[in-house]
Amino acid sequence: MGGRVLLIEDETSIAEAIRFLLGRDGWEVVVHGQGTGAMERLAEVRADLVILDVMLPGRSGFEILADIRAGEATATIPVIMLTAKGQGADRAAAEKAGVSLFMTKPFANAEIRAAVRDLLVG
Amino acid sequence: MALQALTGTRVRDRRLALGLRQADLAQTVGISASYLNLIEHNRRRIAPELLTRLALGLGVEATALEEGAGGALVEALRAAAADFQGQGAEVERVEDFAGRFPGWAGLLGALHQRGRGLSRAVEALNDRLGHDPLLSAALHELLSVVSSVRSTAAILAETPDIEPDWRERFLRNLNTDSARLALQAEGLVAFLDGSEMQDAGAVVAPQEEVEAWLAARGWRLGAVETPDGLALLQDEVAGLASPSARTLAGAFVARAAQDAAVMPEAALLAALAQVGPDPARLAQQFGCGLMQVFRRLPLMPIPEGGQEIGLVLCDASGTMTQQKPVAGFALPRFGAACPLWPLFTALSRPMTPVEATVETPTNRRFRVLAYAEARYPEGFSGPELREAAMLILPLPAGPQSGAVIKLGSTCRICPRVACAARREPSILTAEGAGV
Repeated sequence: MGGRVLLIEDETSIAEAIRFLLGRDGWEVVVHGQGTGAMERLAEVRADLVILDVMLPGRSGFEILADIRAGEATATIPVIMLTAKGQGADRAAAEKAGVSLFMTKPFANAEIRAAVRDLLVG
Repeated sequence: MALQALTGTRVRDRRLALGLRQADLAQTVGISASYLNLIEHNRRRIAPELLTRLALGLGVEATALEEGAGGALVEALRAAAADFQGQGAEVERVEDFAGRFPGWAGLLGALHQRGRGLSRAVEALNDRLGHDPLLSAALHELLSVVSSVRSTAAILAETPDIEPDWRERFLRNLNTDSARLALQAEGLVAFLDGSEMQDAGAVVAPQEEVEAWLAARGWRLGAVETPDGLALLQDEVAGLASPSARTLAGAFVARAAQDAAVMPEAALLAALAQVGPDPARLAQQFGCGLMQVFRRLPLMPIPEGGQEIGLVLCDASGTMTQQKPVAGFALPRFGAACPLWPLFTALSRPMTPVEATVETPTNRRFRVLAYAEARYPEGFSGPELREAAMLILPLPAGPQSGAVIKLGSTCRICPRVACAARREPSILTAEGAGV
């Protein structure tokens, strides 16, 4: 397997755990720790998949997701939203905005590994 | 039937209820029996002066006979009927009901009004729990950290060939996150426990009102030792909002004054410096009961280098009748407390001192001393009334020798999932949260 994942997550511990897990599975993981500048970083790293937290400093995950879907070069990139806000309203808003998969914290490691594999390999 | 017409009917009903003859009442109020007959059949308007005389003769307030008061009452009853349309209330006879049974009608109206008030309070609290930004942010933070801990711990447990630098990094993260988790859980429990709910201006129980007053005084009642100080305290008690709170606080002050008379502050502080917070030794030194020492100790000023002492009192049903909180030991504001509290062990074994080291879910340790005794205020053949008390003394962090009881505040907000004493699921677990 090979592919690049942009992880937009401000919780350092979670970011390190995901980076380790996906790294072991052969994915290259780039971490961006805030909402601000996320789109610029995405253009820079040309990620194959984005893992996106909802509550981020600077900009919310929903705003970033909307920008990804609106961008010509980024509209089709699979996006996993990862958040502690698992209420129905947030899930519905994410689905309406075009999220590929909505995952709630706390998640099992196997879950996120399988989700990335499914979205990138099929 | 119009309200105006009802006044006569009420006069008649009241007269008949008293067993008075028309002629007797007419003579009492200075009119003819035939004129009273016309009034009672609503064929004559009643002048205000005559209405006053009739009310006097019938032993009721004039307002109970006149239409004004009845009008407000009728409106209240109509509002009640409107809120419960399916109950089949005879709305067309509401004026008749209010006129014939003003007491019952008033009670019904008052109950309806109180029900509406309580509904509004419940809605406000529910709304607050559902939309409180602080609660939402706290839960979000908590879940984020739990997620990190869970993921990191699983990596360490399931990756035997993990590189040393990764292992070191993850252990460091676990250490940091577990400390954050403890702090956040403690904050969340404090929030759910009600300290902030009280500020919502919602329903406050009399006991809470008294405890808020005592907390505002720093739980210091040194004033009970002088007549002027006692009078000052009684003035403060008189200023409490509800009559029930005033009664409770008055009884508290009276009992504190009795206890202080046996154990004056200066003498007790000197004894404490000598023997420490040992209720049995102090009781022996002052020649008083153990329960008096239990009640008195938490009201003492904290000596330099000393710590605040918490106290919980309960009756034979286990209902907490008084709580003096101490930092780190969450006391439930609503519902029953953790059954593992030594307070309840003491309750089942009156006259036996119970001492234990306990640990809260946030890893805070306390030495607790509990004791219970029985009273027979109605004599030998009267009922036994038990009261138990538990002193809560903070212990310094670090290893402690001996057995430690791992307890909580109340099942509803306790994270100890596998606790053998659990009564109901915790809202901090998936089962309790309905996940």
